[in-house]
Amino acid sequence: MMSSQAVCQPADEFDALKERLSALCDPEIPVLTLEDLGIIRDVSREGDAVIVTITPTYSGCPAMDAIASAVQQVLDASPLNGKVETVFDPPWTTDWLSEDGRRKLKEYGIAPPAGSTSKRALMGDYSETVSCPRCDSTNTKVISQFGSTACKALYQCQSCLEPFDYFKCH
Amino acid sequence: MDAQTQQDLFEYTLRLGDDALTLGHRISEWTSKAPFLEEDIALGNIGLDFVGRARLLLTYAGEVENLGRDEDQLAYLRDIRQYRNLLICELPIGNFADTMARQLLVDAFELPYFQALSQSSDRTLAGIAGKAVKEAQYHLRHSSGWVVRLGDGTEESHGKMADALSKVWGYGPEMFITDEVEQRLVDAGIAVQREELRDGWQAQIERVLEEATLAVPDVSWQVDGGRRGEHTEYLGHMLAEMQFMQRAYPGLQW
Ligand SMILES: [Zn+2]
Repeated sequence: MMSSQAVCQPADEFDALKERLSALCDPEIPVLTLEDLGIIRDVSREGDAVIVTITPTYSGCPAMDAIASAVQQVLDASPLNGKVETVFDPPWTTDWLSEDGRRKLKEYGIAPPAGSTSKRALMGDYSETVSCPRCDSTNTKVISQFGSTACKALYQCQSCLEPFDYFKCH
Repeated sequence: MDAQTQQDLFEYTLRLGDDALTLGHRISEWTSKAPFLEEDIALGNIGLDFVGRARLLLTYAGEVENLGRDEDQLAYLRDIRQYRNLLICELPIGNFADTMARQLLVDAFELPYFQALSQSSDRTLAGIAGKAVKEAQYHLRHSSGWVVRLGDGTEESHGKMADALSKVWGYGPEMFITDEVEQRLVDAGIAVQREELRDGWQAQIERVLEEATLAVPDVSWQVDGGRRGEHTEYLGHMLAEMQFMQRAYPGLQW
């Protein structure tokens, strides 16, 4: 019967959709997926509809529009009805960055966030030790707290002299 | 939500949105003109934080108002008397010391303000404030660092920093006025009582100025009016530039 191929089990479609969503990459740091970053907060079903909940990293992150439309495109390509919802509470934090994400950042040449934000808030301590992603030296200095994108600061390694991006603890 | 609270919440969210929008636009005027490359990037990022916050707040204001106005309509299609920002946010960027003096006063206020607002019973405002806190921490480190560097620098930089502070000082007190609109929202657990932050702010500023070898300005005048739509002559010129595209091409979208 021809129709048996066209009719998919809803559960399979939902799983397939989740898989495609989890493969989406950040437009500015393409080695990281939106899942690594914790930007996709939830994928859930409400009746026939699929709701993808995303959260912005920084208030003014220009990539958020691109991210929302990339998610919407995946939803539009799926036979399921889907929409994107943006939530702000609780606010995004680098603490949600996955271990895998931290490793991929370092391999890409960006130093991952040092420590956790909760500890920082508690200690009021901003003197984080940032390791060079190339030679692992901790003898590094900040060039500017504001780097090429909102989420990064500019550092330089004092051992190998390489300048590098640091993904700010946020 | 009753009609009074809805109206107050719209007004309040619009105020916070206009503060962020006007200041964000001002800071963006430094793009390509900052003293050196890293500082250009820093100011670009900081301006983006404010503009991003403005987008979230104005979008929310439109939702609360429930008349179908979106962020663009609120930002680009209101005239000067309908703007509700604090006067300090609309002042021209002046020289680099002027920009850092204004920023120090605002940043030292915003950090504790948004920390308190992140506990608001309005969860949307609380979420937006939670993001703003993290950004304000970086902003305050940045502006404090520059005020110290310029104040405790050369004779010329010291003089310019002192001059900048005395020019902006009288715009500070407006940040601490809680009128009846905000007081009703404070009572409802939504807004933040501004006067209560004043002593902490003063102490924070004095710490920075002391390190910068600068005196607290001896200024007796102060102005307000932004919340009532009474603005300086500067805002109209800024809006003319900021709103040009939307006025010339109504309904324009990026
Ligand atoms: Zn190195």
